[in-house]
Amino acid sequence: MADVPVDPIRIIERFGPHLSSMTGERLSTSVEPDRLVKTHCCFCGQQCGIQLKVRGNEVIGFEPWEEFPFNRGMLCPKGVKRYLQGSHPDRLTTALRRDTSSPSGFSSLPYDDAVARVAGEITRIQQAHGPAAIAVLGGASLTTEKTYLLGKFARVCLKTPFIDYNGRLCMVSAGAANKKAFGIDRTTNPWSDMVGTDVIWVAGSNVAECSPITTNYIWQAREQGAKVIVQDPRITPVARTCDLYLPVKPGRDAALFAGVLQIMIERDWLDHDFIRDYTAGFEQVAEYCREWPLARTAEVTGVPQRALMQAAEWWGTARTSFLFHARGIEHHSNGVQNSLGTINLVLASGRIGKPKSGYGTIVGQANGQGGREHGQKCDQLPGLRDISNPEHRRYIAGVWGIDERELPGPGVDAYELFRKIDRGEIKGLLSICFNPMVSLPDNTFVARCLEKLEFFVAIDFFLNDTAWYADIVLPGSLHEEDEGTVTQVEGRIIKINKAVECPGDARQDWRIMQDIAQALDRPAGFTFASPREIFEELRVASKGGVADYSGVTYEKITQQLGVFWPCYSEDPETGAPIADHPGTPRLFERGSYNPVARGSGPFYFPDGRARFNVGEYRPPVDDANDEYPIYLTTGRVVSQFLSGTQTRRIGPLVKQYAEPRIEMHPRLAAKLGIADGEWATAETGRGTITLRAQVVTTIRPDTIFIPYHWAGRKSVNQLTVAAQDPISKIPQYKVCGCRVRKADAAPEYAAILEPQQ
Amino acid sequence: MPKPDYLHFFIDPNRCIGCQACLQACTECDTHRGESMIHLEYVSRPESVQTVPVVCMHCDQPTCAEVCPADAIKRTGDGVVQSARKPRCIACGNCVVACPFGVPELYEDRKIMMKCDMCYDRTSVGKKPMCATVCPSQALFFGTREQIEQLRPLSKPVNTFHFGNQVITTQVHIMVPRALSSRAPHVDVVAAMSEQPRSRAVMLSVVDADPFAEVEV
Repeated sequence: MADVPVDPIRIIERFGPHLSSMTGERLSTSVEPDRLVKTHCCFCGQQCGIQLKVRGNEVIGFEPWEEFPFNRGMLCPKGVKRYLQGSHPDRLTTALRRDTSSPSGFSSLPYDDAVARVAGEITRIQQAHGPAAIAVLGGASLTTEKTYLLGKFARVCLKTPFIDYNGRLCMVSAGAANKKAFGIDRTTNPWSDMVGTDVIWVAGSNVAECSPITTNYIWQAREQGAKVIVQDPRITPVARTCDLYLPVKPGRDAALFAGVLQIMIERDWLDHDFIRDYTAGFEQVAEYCREWPLARTAEVTGVPQRALMQAAEWWGTARTSFLFHARGIEHHSNGVQNSLGTINLVLASGRIGKPKSGYGTIVGQANGQGGREHGQKCDQLPGLRDISNPEHRRYIAGVWGIDERELPGPGVDAYELFRKIDRGEIKGLLSICFNPMVSLPDNTFVARCLEKLEFFVAIDFFLNDTAWYADIVLPGSLHEEDEGTVTQVEGRIIKINKAVECPGDARQDWRIMQDIAQALDRPAGFTFASPREIFEELRVASKGGVADYSGVTYEKITQQLGVFWPCYSEDPETGAPIADHPGTPRLFERGSYNPVARGSGPFYFPDGRARFNVGEYRPPVDDANDEYPIYLTTGRVVSQFLSGTQTRRIGPLVKQYAEPRIEMHPRLAAKLGIADGEWATAETGRGTITLRAQVVTTIRPDTIFIPYHWAGRKSVNQLTVAAQDPISKIPQYKVCGCRVRKADAAPEYAAILEPQQ
Repeated sequence: MPKPDYLHFFIDPNRCIGCQACLQACTECDTHRGESMIHLEYVSRPESVQTVPVVCMHCDQPTCAEVCPADAIKRTGDGVVQSARKPRCIACGNCVVACPFGVPELYEDRKIMMKCDMCYDRTSVGKKPMCATVCPSQALFFGTREQIEQLRPLSKPVNTFHFGNQVITTQVHIMVPRALSSRAPHVDVVAAMSEQPRSRAVMLSVVDADPFAEVEV
C-alpha cells in the first residue's frame, strides 16, 4: 500500500511548495560572486545560455551570457529567477521513508539504508512476480547521459521492458509524424535560418509564453518581410500582431491542413518537381484532400473561408517559408495525423532542406529532443534505434555486453503503464523527473494506481505531488549540481556545467541509479565515475543510428557553442575516420548523404524520398456535446513550467501568476452570469474544478482555457480525458467537452492553501 | 565613465509579450536589488494581450528634477537622469506626481524616490542594461541608431512627446509603426471568426458597444 501517509495539508506544511525569495547574499548589493559558471537554463527546450553567479556552494544570481548564439543573453522570467531553486527550504537533503507516525508523513533515514530497502523491495517483487513487475518512469528534463543510463538501467539491471518517460506527454506526436514522413525526428534548420523567410506558419504554439526566445526570431523575420500566420483558439501575444490569425476550433487541425492543401491543389500552388523527385505518396494525400472543399473545412474548423483562402495563397505562393508546431496540434488523440497534415503542407511546397526554408516542432522540455533519442522511451534504444529491430538490438546488446536475448522487448507508454498497475501486473515503480499526479490526464485514476503499488520509490530534489505516495524518496540533484549534455529545440547538443555540490545526503541522479544497481548485486555496466564516461559510452551506442552522436565531444560542444547531430566519427559514406565533423545544422539539403538513403536522396529512407502520409481528421474523443457544450483546452503560462515542482517554489515567479484561472470570452461569461474575478466551476465527465474566472476577448467564445501547472484541487488534469493518440499515445490535453457554471461558493482550498500549493 | 553616446535605448511596445523578464531581471540590479524600476502593464487585459513596458525616458529637461525642491535628481553629462540622491531626497513625491510618463516611485519605508537609471553601473562599463539584455522579444532594445534602422524597418524611433503645452524630448526612444492601419492588432477572436473581414483597429475601452455584436459564434 502506498496511499498518502497523512493529511495532505501536513505534508504541504513540511515539504511545501513554499516560496524562495531573494534574501541574504542573494539580496546583498555588496557581495561579489566567486565565479561565473556558463551553463543553460533548466527549464524549456530553448535551453538559453546563462551564467550562474556562484559564491561558496550557493548560486546567488545570474549574469546574461551574450556570446551563446541561440539567445545572445535573452531570457524569460523563468530563466532570470531559476537560480532561486537552489538553497531552498523545501530541498530534500536526506532520504525519506513513508511513516504514518511522523507528523509530516515521512521520516529521514540514512541514504544507504534507503538504497538497501529499495534493492530489497525490487528483489522481493521480482522474485515473486518476475522482472516485469517493476516499472521505471523517466523524464525529458534529465541530461542525455541520465536518460541513456536510465534506459540501460531498466533493461539491463532491472531486466524490465516497462520504462517510459514524460516526453510521452510532450513530443511523441511530432516524433512519430517526423519518423513517418522523414525517417528522422529532428527540427530541420537552425532558428537563425528563419530571418529572411517569406512566410512563417505557427500552428498551435503559444510561442511568447512557452518558448519566449523564439518570439524574437519570428518577429525579426516579420520586420524583414515575412508574413506570419498563427493558428490558435486564443489570441496569444504572438497572434496579436500576426498578419493572419486562424481562430481554429480545438481539435480540428487536421481538417484545416487538409482543406488548405486542397486549395493549393486546386490552384496548382505546388512544387511538382520536388514532389516528383523527392517524395512518395502524394496521390493518396491529394485524394483524401478532395474530401475537404473550402465550405466544409470552414464549417468544421470554425475558421472563415476567406482566412483559409488567404493562408493557402500565402503558403502556396511563397518562395521561402517556415512552419512550426507545438503541443497545440500535438496534444490530441489525433496528434500524429495533425502533425502529418502540417508536414504535407511543407512537402507540397517543396520548401525544406534550404537555408531560408524549414520545418520544426518546438520542443517543450529542456531535453525534449535528446531525452527522446537514447532509450528511455518504451520502444527505443540509443541513437533513435528501434527496440524491435533485430539488428539494432544486436548492436546495443554488444555495446552493453549482454546477450541480445536478455534484452527486453518493447514496453508500453506511460499511461498504459499506469493501467498495468491498476490491473495488478506492475507492482513496483521507480520514478524520476516525472510528476504524473499533476501532469497526466484524469489524475484521479493516477492516484488510484499509485495506491495499488506494493512499492514506490521516487528520486527527486523536492517532494513532488506524486512522491507523496512513495515508500522511499531518494534525494536527487538539481540541474546546477551536475554536468552533462542536453539537445535543444534546434537539434543542437549543448553542455550543462556544474556550479555547486549536492547538499546533505543528496546526490547526482546517475550515482543513485548505480547505487541501486550495486545494492541489487547487479553492478555490471553501472560503474561510471562521471557523466563524461557515460557520454563516451553513449557516443559508441549512438554510432550508426539515425541520431549519431559519435563525433561529439564535450570539448567540441564547448568550442563550437553547441553541435548539431548527426555528428559522425566515421564518414557514413566511406567509413573513413573523421576527427573534426562539425555536425549537421541543416537537414535534407539536396545532394546530402545519410546512412539510411546511402546517397539515393536527402531523406532518411532507403530510397531517399520523404513520405506524404494522409493526415486524417477524426473528431476528438469526448468532444463537446449537448451535456458538455464547451471546449476545454489547457496549456502554460510564461512564469510557470510543467507541473510546477520547481517554479511553484520560486517566489517572484509565483507572484507573477499565482493561481490558475478559467479564461473565457465575455459572451460566454455573460451567458453564464459570471463576472471577471468571480469563482467559476468547470466540469467534465472526470471531475470538477473551481477557479476564478478571467474574462477576455482573446479566446473563442465556445472554448475555455485553464493552465495546468498546479496540483490537487487546482489541477486541470482532474478534468482532462485519458484519450490517447493510437500511434504516439500522447494524451488529448487540448480538447474535451465541459460545462461551466458560476460557483456556489469559494472552494474549500481557498481558505487553507497558499496560491502555489 | 559615461554611457557611450552612440548607444541608445529603444522601447518597442508592439513587440512586448508581457512576460515580465525585464521586471524580474531589474530586481537583480546591484543598485536596487529586490526592487524593479520597470513598469509593465496591460493596456486593458479584458480586451487584449497588449502590454506596455516603461523605463525612465531620461528627458533632456527632466520634469522630475525641475520640480524637486531638494535638488536630489541629477542628470549626468551623458543624458542619464539618475535616481534620487539619498542624502538629499526628502521623499516629498513631487517628482512622482510631475513625471509625465509616471516613472518615479516613492519608497515610503526608505523615504526615498527610486527609478530606472538605465543600469548606469552596466551601461557605463559598456554593457547593455539588464532589461534590454534579457528581453526575449527585444521590445526593449539597446544599441545604435544604425542597428535599429536596419533591424526595425517597419517602425521609426520617436523621442519628442507632447503633453498639453509641454514638449518633451528624451534620450529613450519609442518605436512607432510606420503604417498603423495595415498592422492593427487582433483583439477579439470573434472578429477573426467572421466571414466578413472587419476592421481590427478597435480602440480599446473607447467603444461602448461590442463591435462584433452581429457576428454569430
